Amino acid sequence: MKKSEKLELINKHSPHTRCVKNFCLAFIFGAVICGVGEGLIYLFSYLGADERSSPMLTTLFFIFLASILTGFGLFDVIAKRAGAGTLVPVTGFSNAVTSEAMDSKSEGIILGVGAKIFTVAGPVILFGITAGVVYGIVLFFYYLFSGGIVVSF
Amino acid sequence: MKRIIKLDTTVSIISHAAVGGREERLGPLGERFDFCDTTNLFGQKTFELSEGEMGRVALNTALTKANLSHENLELLVAGDLQNQCVGTSLGLSSFGIPFVGVYGACSTCTEALIVLSSIMNTGEHIAYGGAVTSSHNCSAERQFRTPLEYGGQRPPSAQWTSTAAGAFVLGRDAGAPRISEFTIGKMVDGATVDGTNMGAAMSFAAADTILSYFDESGASPFDFDFIVTGDLGRVGSDILCDIVSKEIPGFDRLHADCGLLLYDSKTQDAHSGASGCGTSASVLASHFLPMMERGLIKRILFMSTGALMSPSSVLQGVNIAGIAPLIKIELESTKKKS
Repeated sequence: MKKSEKLELINKHSPHTRCVKNFCLAFIFGAVICGVGEGLIYLFSYLGADERSSPMLTTLFFIFLASILTGFGLFDVIAKRAGAGTLVPVTGFSNAVTSEAMDSKSEGIILGVGAKIFTVAGPVILFGITAGVVYGIVLFFYYLFSGGIVVSF
Repeated sequence: MKRIIKLDTTVSIISHAAVGGREERLGPLGERFDFCDTTNLFGQKTFELSEGEMGRVALNTALTKANLSHENLELLVAGDLQNQCVGTSLGLSSFGIPFVGVYGACSTCTEALIVLSSIMNTGEHIAYGGAVTSSHNCSAERQFRTPLEYGGQRPPSAQWTSTAAGAFVLGRDAGAPRISEFTIGKMVDGATVDGTNMGAAMSFAAADTILSYFDESGASPFDFDFIVTGDLGRVGSDILCDIVSKEIPGFDRLHADCGLLLYDSKTQDAHSGASGCGTSASVLASHFLPMMERGLIKRILFMSTGALMSPSSVLQGVNIAGIAPLIKIELESTKKKS
């Protein structure tokens, strides 16, 4: 049997992912997380946090919440339906780190948890930081040539 | 090329046991399993040790059912999904039985039965041998895919690695289901690199083995009560029936897939069905062999199907190869050991 015939059979019999349903659920779950986040920013400001701290506290709250839910085995139950809705916000990152830490705990703290904790989240960290550096360099030259602000190191 | 090898002495499955976890207990065959631990841990600290313990419980149960002890076994052929078959050694090393480890991804069960029965066929002094196969969802998922609690969505073609073990004690009892022939599978290109569509990748190997068997043996497919595949799941079964039905009309009525029998597709979140080498082992031990012993069926072709891949090969974009070894299991009381 030729490879093209095999691929045809695979395509014929493999069910497609339900994109519309997944998109809608991801939108709803993502929107709820972001809506709650906005509310928390106001709450933390109301409780006395300044303008820079309240978004940071909100982020920390979601990292903590996702980590706790992962620990109790609830996050994957929610994420199974929410998809990108829980994956894209910081909750997805928190889950990736916590779940890997839980898995590798049996292999020891240093060579298990320490070495493997960022196995899943590694690309986010690497490319996130790289994007930050590139953005910083672009911004540096922009200000340098626009002549507006003096940058000091 | 002749691929069918006949066994000329009586090698039969005199006893068998199936052990599973929580999802297996909730499935349609749950009550027929000899033992299920709904914690999936089998009293152990790690999932790797749990898999070993599951295999140990399965073998002990099979031995007890045959009124034998491990001292009666002269040979053990076993395998699982973990690196270097450590799931087997963690649980079975304490038995102190001469051991052959086999690895054929999810085809391990049939492979173990082929190796054991052919050794017993030539070594006629061997009275009893054991074959054990296990897979554990938690040890396999974390080795092959993502951490257990990772929150992701699986595509509809994905399968659920079963937490199950099957153990078989082979002896010389002519009244028990006998392994009379086998065909060793070829490695067939699965045409896909998609590790979440293994059923499709394995289906071509299964089709190759089935068509080759009937072509060479000249037997009628309808002499068999079932033609059983290991873990093709919904997608792989559909592809297999599509290919084979062109040559053997009515094949879909004879075909049964262990991956589709183990879980309830409506209530359990298994997507395309079960996978893992424990699937075919436990379904053979809990479903097909008991049916045979009750006289409901007389003759089956049993094929475990394996997807030969590693996490690295998938990421490197190499096609998954499928493999499907086959054994003929039948009830007959004619040929006694000479």
